[in-house]
Amino acid sequence: MGGMAAPQVAPVETPDTEEVPVSDRPWVTIVWDDPVNLMTYVTWVFQKLFGYSREKAERLMLDVHHKGKAVVSSGARERMEHDAAQLHAYGLWATVDRS
Amino acid sequence: MFRRRGDHYVATFAVDEVRVLRKVAGEVVGLLTDGFDHGDPVVGRLFPDVYPDDDAGTAEFRRYTEGDLKTGKIDQAGAVLAALPDGDSGGEVRLDAEAAEAWLRALNDARLAMGVRLEIKDGTDLGEELDDAVAADPGSSRVFQLSVYAYLGYLQESLLNALID
Repeated sequence: MGGMAAPQVAPVETPDTEEVPVSDRPWVTIVWDDPVNLMTYVTWVFQKLFGYSREKAERLMLDVHHKGKAVVSSGARERMEHDAAQLHAYGLWATVDRS
Repeated sequence: MFRRRGDHYVATFAVDEVRVLRKVAGEVVGLLTDGFDHGDPVVGRLFPDVYPDDDAGTAEFRRYTEGDLKTGKIDQAGAVLAALPDGDSGGEVRLDAEAAEAWLRALNDARLAMGVRLEIKDGTDLGEELDDAVAADPGSSRVFQLSVYAYLGYLQESLLNALID
């Protein structure tokens, strides 16, 4: 997929003493577009692994397809690594990153 | 192509189809066992770097997950081989829900591997690729591989549709 590479801009936070330390920030699992996986298969995997509704799974699949990637889950790092490993088992191209 | 029958998923394969499925499933097993090589782009696609900018993090993740992932992929290719008709003949394949899922994942792995080898890109028109390959040499291995790749896509889609119905 071409274009749409603009990085997500973090919302401006009011600086406070209670800034969340980097190590506590939630992590995300990202699925990337690839030219082989069938769209119906990707949707099915999202429903199967995450229990997402058909609508949500389809929306995520379309984001992957049109924008090149989509965040499919977020949370603790270990949890995201678990999700990525599961996605790899289904042949999806998944990575983990800080949110 | 697969159809749902009760709580099973059934397809009838000609002998040529059985041979192709046996060959591609066997190739995936070969790739994951004796032929396993992180430098192979197919292995790179089946076992992606989980942290693209962090080699140490990726290596750590691999240490904990790669064994299971590899075993899972070998098992699902094995599920394809196990369900095919015995001997060199066509016949019916009948899958329960668990086997159907293993087939889906195995067919996907085989397509991913072939997609890398055939350099399938976003926007690749399979029909056009096949026409070009036939024009260049109708007996070439690329013609055969592209046909198999397209066939596996139809087969995977038919199984998926049967599962979702």
